Amino acid sequence: MSRIWSFQGGIHPPENKQQSLQQPLQPLSLPERLILPLQQNIGTPAVPRVNVGEKVLKGQCIADPGSHVSVFHHAPTSGTVSDIGMYPVPHASGMDALCIVIEPDGEERWAELEGIEDFRAASKKDVAEKIRVAGLAGMGGAGFPTDIKLHLSDDHIVTTLIANGVECEPYITADDTLMRARAEEVIGGLEIATHLIQPTHVLIGIEDNKPEAAMAINAAAARSPLDIEVVVVPTKYPSGGERQLIKLLTGVEVPHGQIPADIGIVVQNVGTLAAVYRAVHAGEPLISRITTLTGDAAERPGNYEVLLGTPVSHLLDEAGVDRERLSRLIMGGPMMGYTLDQPGVPLIKTSNCLIAGTQEEFPPAPPAQNCIRCGQCEQVCPASLLPQQLHWFAKGREFGKALDYNLMDCIECGACAYVCPSNIPLVQYYRFAKGEIRKEQVEQRKAEQARQRFEARQARLEQEKEEKARKRRERAEAAARAQTSRPQPAATNAGAQASDPEAQLKQLKTQAAVARTKLKKAQKALEQAEATGEGDSQALAAEVAAAQARSDALEKQLQQAQQQAQADPSKEPDLKALKVAAAVARTKVSKTEKALTEAEQKGAPSAEKLRDSLATLRAKADEAQRAFEEAERAAASGQEEDTASPALDIKALKTAAAVARTKLKKAQRALSDARETGDTEQIAEFEPQVRELEAQAEKAARALAEAEAAQPASPVEADLKALKSAAAIARTKVKKTEKALADAREKGLASADQLETALAGLRQKAADAERALQDAQPRAGAVEDA
Amino acid sequence: MTLIHTSSPHTGRPGHVGGVMRQVILATLPGLAALVWYFGWGPLVNVLWASVLALVFEAAVIKLRRRPVAFYLKDYSAVLTAVLLGLALPPYTPWWVTLVGMFVAIVLAKQLYGGLGQNPFNPAMVGYALLLIAFPVQMTQWAPPVSLSGDNPGLLATLKVIFELTPLPDAFTHATPLDTFKNKGALTQEELWAQVAGLKDSFGAWQAVSLAYLLGGLYLLVRRIITWHIPVAILFALFMVSGFFYGSDPSNFAPPLFHLTMGATMLGAFFIATDPATAATSNKGKLVYGFCIGLLIYIIRSWGNYPDAVAFAVLLMNLAVPFLDYYTRPRTYGHKKANKGIRG
Repeated sequence: MSRIWSFQGGIHPPENKQQSLQQPLQPLSLPERLILPLQQNIGTPAVPRVNVGEKVLKGQCIADPGSHVSVFHHAPTSGTVSDIGMYPVPHASGMDALCIVIEPDGEERWAELEGIEDFRAASKKDVAEKIRVAGLAGMGGAGFPTDIKLHLSDDHIVTTLIANGVECEPYITADDTLMRARAEEVIGGLEIATHLIQPTHVLIGIEDNKPEAAMAINAAAARSPLDIEVVVVPTKYPSGGERQLIKLLTGVEVPHGQIPADIGIVVQNVGTLAAVYRAVHAGEPLISRITTLTGDAAERPGNYEVLLGTPVSHLLDEAGVDRERLSRLIMGGPMMGYTLDQPGVPLIKTSNCLIAGTQEEFPPAPPAQNCIRCGQCEQVCPASLLPQQLHWFAKGREFGKALDYNLMDCIECGACAYVCPSNIPLVQYYRFAKGEIRKEQVEQRKAEQARQRFEARQARLEQEKEEKARKRRERAEAAARAQTSRPQPAATNAGAQASDPEAQLKQLKTQAAVARTKLKKAQKALEQAEATGEGDSQALAAEVAAAQARSDALEKQLQQAQQQAQADPSKEPDLKALKVAAAVARTKVSKTEKALTEAEQKGAPSAEKLRDSLATLRAKADEAQRAFEEAERAAASGQEEDTASPALDIKALKTAAAVARTKLKKAQRALSDARETGDTEQIAEFEPQVRELEAQAEKAARALAEAEAAQPASPVEADLKALKSAAAIARTKVKKTEKALADAREKGLASADQLETALAGLRQKAADAERALQDAQPRAGAVEDA
Repeated sequence: MTLIHTSSPHTGRPGHVGGVMRQVILATLPGLAALVWYFGWGPLVNVLWASVLALVFEAAVIKLRRRPVAFYLKDYSAVLTAVLLGLALPPYTPWWVTLVGMFVAIVLAKQLYGGLGQNPFNPAMVGYALLLIAFPVQMTQWAPPVSLSGDNPGLLATLKVIFELTPLPDAFTHATPLDTFKNKGALTQEELWAQVAGLKDSFGAWQAVSLAYLLGGLYLLVRRIITWHIPVAILFALFMVSGFFYGSDPSNFAPPLFHLTMGATMLGAFFIATDPATAATSNKGKLVYGFCIGLLIYIIRSWGNYPDAVAFAVLLMNLAVPFLDYYTRPRTYGHKKANKGIRG
């Protein structure tokens, strides 16, 4: 007999198991229809394989697993698929879910089943596959797919296999009945599980309130070739909790955040093991289970072999449940089970018990009183938590503190609420807090992602701004350098005038423009007066004369200033400005000419004046034109002398070459078109053109090649830039892939491995690019120095 | 048939807060009986008078807070506070002193904080400490044991004294052993026992009362209403420290048995320090809490201004409870070590 350890806490609620043990296990009659939810366990729902109206045989597979953590479903009897749709399912929330409905034909015709004769001779993979296709899921609790637990990867070395026959919740006797009636199957299943996971230690834990079951199992275990230890543990709730049972039988605690397999322990419910036996030996899928029907409202409480999908109401009727007295219908035990809103829901793979309770048996909870911090909850908590503190934190929405007090280690066994003298629904508080925390975590993840996105964008914008600023600065510096490199004027004009001749010029220009406008206004007024004969035309004429004088004086000043500015050798002749000035002068001349003809036609007295001003304007225009041409010549000669900017040269040459090429192409096309149409005139016209353009393009290309050859620094620079951007791109790719990998790992996606390989390659590339850049940089530096 | 939809668990252990409180009140009865036996009707009158006041104050405040009065009165917590304060008062405490004490205990120390379970300080001890500071004369006039005064004053005479219809006769006052020891001056312990008249009688009476409290405390332990941690830690600490000093200077320091059985040690250890609302939460925390109370009792008794120290020791440690709670959490299943400190 092996040693029994103990776990902290636990309670001894009234067992209430005798009611359902008064009669032996009995089969249940065939219901009118079977409702099979596609999701009966944790994980993802299954995918239907049959269509409405299809005939199915007993044991025929009707739904395939939707993912890794999902199971097959089979038809519990032969019949017709009458519907696939939303039906209420057994769930704490009372929700609807997708179900396959089968109408039995009563013939019970089996599909062809194939077992494995000698599982010891078969490969582990085949045996595990057999269990998988039989649709086995844990029949004690959450319904985790059995084959996953029994077919572990090689990095899980299992030392201990535990069969859980504890059944610690009050009322439930399904496992007790199973062990009494089918001890051989339980041991047979244990043998298969042992073959699959090769543990060094095989244990069965049974509570001491099931002596008959323990005896039956002991007898069966004695006949087994395996060395199976049957451990009878003291009755205490919740000894049947996986983690509590492990502590109880091995003295080891499953570390926080790990599963038992991580410490080499696998726990299987005895019901699941019996199903494993049937699946492997007979190939029989999981289509029925033992369910306890009990409670004071039931006339014939007992254990029934029910087909999966049997509506709860059918079982209630069979057991003679008095619907008038029934007040609380509990799926599962009284400690952790959930209430059903309506008896139409089906029994599923995890339905071990149904309690039809009366008002007297399960009175409504008395109103909660204040917590007096008596600490009784703490004394019974099997996870060694501080339930009352968690209650305060949940109530005050202090979820951070609740987490720090390990709220997430709560198994919701309900022991704390059971003993609470203030009748506080503690478990409800914990469920609420857990839900809120999970919600918060999801929101936090989202917010974090948004923050990262935002920060990345900000950084990018900032970088772009800096880049722009840098370029601007560089341009400004280059310009300043270019200016200072020119010879300074020997003598600058003294005074403020010289300090800023440009501003002076501008001011003068404005003044002159204002004077001109005034003059024009005055002239117009005079014209009007003359035309209508109203007003004092003489006074107006005087005004015009005065305005003219002022305007002329300002014009003169302006001209002087302009000449001065032009004479200033430091001032680069502003070609553009001069061009504009010449154009403006020309326009003025033409306008005045037009005005003059008009005036002459009308015979207005202003014609004389206009003629005068036209003469001056013509002179001005000529002057402007001359000045522009001179400046242009000077600039051309300056450019010829200027050899400072070969890069610019190359660019210009490149453009020229490109332009020449384009022109050539166009001409060629035109020529070929002409040849096609046979237009001899056009051919004659285009041929010399093309020849000429060819020569031009060639010349441009040669010039470009020469210029490029003459300039050794520029390719290095370009190289460096290209390398820099290549390295940056490689880095970005690595970062992106890293993020994607992290995401994939978090979600447990299969693509993580691929990403990892890709990441390694990218990292290599990034390193290469970085190295190339580093190599190039000193080279570039050397060239610059030279 | 309408089916009830509720969350698990669907069953609970019968019993509620009122039941717990009644059990504690029941457990004080041996002590009360011993007090009445040795010191006359005074303690019984005090307890009853305090209980009436407690119910009145509690009902008034609950009414003001617009809560169901009957629902809250049925938790018996106010009556328990009254019983504990009543037991701690001198037998012939004037009625108005008790009234002030109960007002402070129920209204200020308990209800102003939000009622049962929300109060950081033990209400009975807040009331007691305030009375001790505000009315030192009334609070230090303990009665002589019946064996010394000769005959037991009748219930009517006691009532008349308490409600100040007749003045307190001299024969009704007597120093407690702790008082006597505190004011022994230059006398050695041997001289004290030889010279002070009635000390031995008084000592015997107090020992009997302490034994009665111990009996009630054991009952609470058996009924699992309290855990062993706090009383054992208090008595252990007091025993160790008094033993150490008695061993080093027997003529100047009282022996451990004297400290364990005189004054309110037993009442404090089993009934007052174990008040769950104001004590430390975890088992480890309870041990530290109790040990510190034991030490403080000895320190205040030996070097403080007051002959007894249970009230002050408990109140001081009430102050430390939140801190203790943060640092004495149990190790959760599957965790390598317990979390400590303030986070989250």
